[in-house]
Amino acid sequence: MRKTFSKTLTTVIMSVISAVYLTPILIVIINSLKTKTAISASPFSLPDAGTFVGLDNYTRGINFGGYPFLLSALYSLMITVLSTLAILLFTSMAAWYITRVDNLLCRSIYYLCVFSMIVPFQMVMFTLSKVADTLNLGNPLGIVIIYLGFGAGLAIFMFCGFVKSIPREIEEAATIDGCGAIRTFFGIVLPVMKPTLISVCILETMWIWNDFLLPFLVLDIKEYRTIPIHIQYLNGSYGQSDIGAIMALIVLSVIPIVIFYFTCQKHIIKGIMAGAVKG
Amino acid sequence: MNKRQLSKYFPVFVLPAFAAFCIGFVYPFFRGIYLSFCAFRTTSDAKWVGLSNYAQVFRDGGFLYSFVFTALFTLVSVLAINLIAFTVAHILTSGIRGANVFRTVFFMPNLIGGVILGYIWQVIFDGILQNYGTNIKLDSRLGFAGLVILLCWQQIGYMMIIYISGLNSIPDHLYEAAKVDGATKWQTLRSVTLPMMMPSITICTFLTLTNSFKLFDQNLALTAGEPGVQVAGETVYQTEMLALNIYNTFYQNMNTRGVGQAKAVVFFLIVAAVGLVQLYLTRSKEVEQ
Repeated sequence: MRKTFSKTLTTVIMSVISAVYLTPILIVIINSLKTKTAISASPFSLPDAGTFVGLDNYTRGINFGGYPFLLSALYSLMITVLSTLAILLFTSMAAWYITRVDNLLCRSIYYLCVFSMIVPFQMVMFTLSKVADTLNLGNPLGIVIIYLGFGAGLAIFMFCGFVKSIPREIEEAATIDGCGAIRTFFGIVLPVMKPTLISVCILETMWIWNDFLLPFLVLDIKEYRTIPIHIQYLNGSYGQSDIGAIMALIVLSVIPIVIFYFTCQKHIIKGIMAGAVKG
Repeated sequence: MNKRQLSKYFPVFVLPAFAAFCIGFVYPFFRGIYLSFCAFRTTSDAKWVGLSNYAQVFRDGGFLYSFVFTALFTLVSVLAINLIAFTVAHILTSGIRGANVFRTVFFMPNLIGGVILGYIWQVIFDGILQNYGTNIKLDSRLGFAGLVILLCWQQIGYMMIIYISGLNSIPDHLYEAAKVDGATKWQTLRSVTLPMMMPSITICTFLTLTNSFKLFDQNLALTAGEPGVQVAGETVYQTEMLALNIYNTFYQNMNTRGVGQAKAVVFFLIVAAVGLVQLYLTRSKEVEQ
């Protein structure tokens, strides 16, 4: 009896904390429906007849700052999807080769990858942006190569860990049946790697979608902006301040994340647990 | 597939990823080390200046201030995030109702990027602070607290997930044995749960430590380093963390890029040292399972 009471009490307390935890997002949603003056004067009040503006902020917001929001969302999506696919394909191939061939070169590449995981971005930011400039990679396709390169470390590390646990006998059986290296990999190894593919996919997607500084330094900002770059441009000194439009844009930026979260929640949690071994 | 047959496939399997890795990491990294000994504006006009950039780094008041600020910030946020995340994970694994809903809620902010998070919290902090005639960019103590709150909000959910999976993997018979021995709740936590949780604690402290130390987006979006004060002729930005300090050294003044690169090397060495020391310390406390 006492035990069920204390459990109910805990549930009630946790519900209150959860509600508080979500208020920042709620406040932004509520503010996105109010007039500019009402947002700055009383950011925590609900809109009333005088301050409610419906979707006005949204219609202004999607073209605010001299750059269409939808275009930045499109670039964000394109860069995230293409980079993640490139990372999944090329690093899983590399990891299989590195683990199976296991010679001096392979081991050196592996340790370089592990090493790259502790290097902060600031260490390479200037030289990397210059390399991207020289090689003409400052566009949504070129940046895929940069992401493949900078994201390879973690991905190769995680794939190598998994390949070590795959029994060689499966692959040997395929060879006896006459499969070459490419068919063995795509027909046998890749399907077995599915759990790690999903985990890496989740981790890389979360990183690339939200990444700000790398695309900011690499992309040609006049033409190509991702969502974080666009939002940062509106912040403070860059744009003329229209707090209503900005609130609407923040809501629009969070919507894809929420959809992604609710469709892939199970995988996201597994991905984080798999990624945690990197420590 | 034997090694010899497979090894001739290097160009197919490894080359694409390795070439990109060289472009995206290996070359910029080593070039960066070289440039930290040069004076330059672009990478093509580099002139060797030896250790003079490094000498300037250690004379730079703003950088030293950022280091102290970052270290303090890291200490406070690592403690706060891990204590709260561990407590929440403990509560959510105790069999209460709605645990899945709570887990979903606590994790949600983690998916929002740093720039957007910074903006969201700026609205909230300034909304509260305007009643007291100030704002987040005017007072460095408020900026510090704001950054800690922001990072807690973002990272508690992530660490909570790792702690939950750690707690779930502790075998029940250990708790039963503790019960038979008459251990109190506190004793069970200290002698069973914590030792068994050391691997998760290692990972979570490592992640929070490096994340806090390398914080950039949130810093830029929430305070942008403000307020700035004049100290002995140079402006010191009082909420500017190391990563932002390095960024500003590069991009606000073209003539200090060599110093910026030297700062970046020092920054990398600090992050690596802090991370490795922490891994060594907590790993040594892990028990064999």
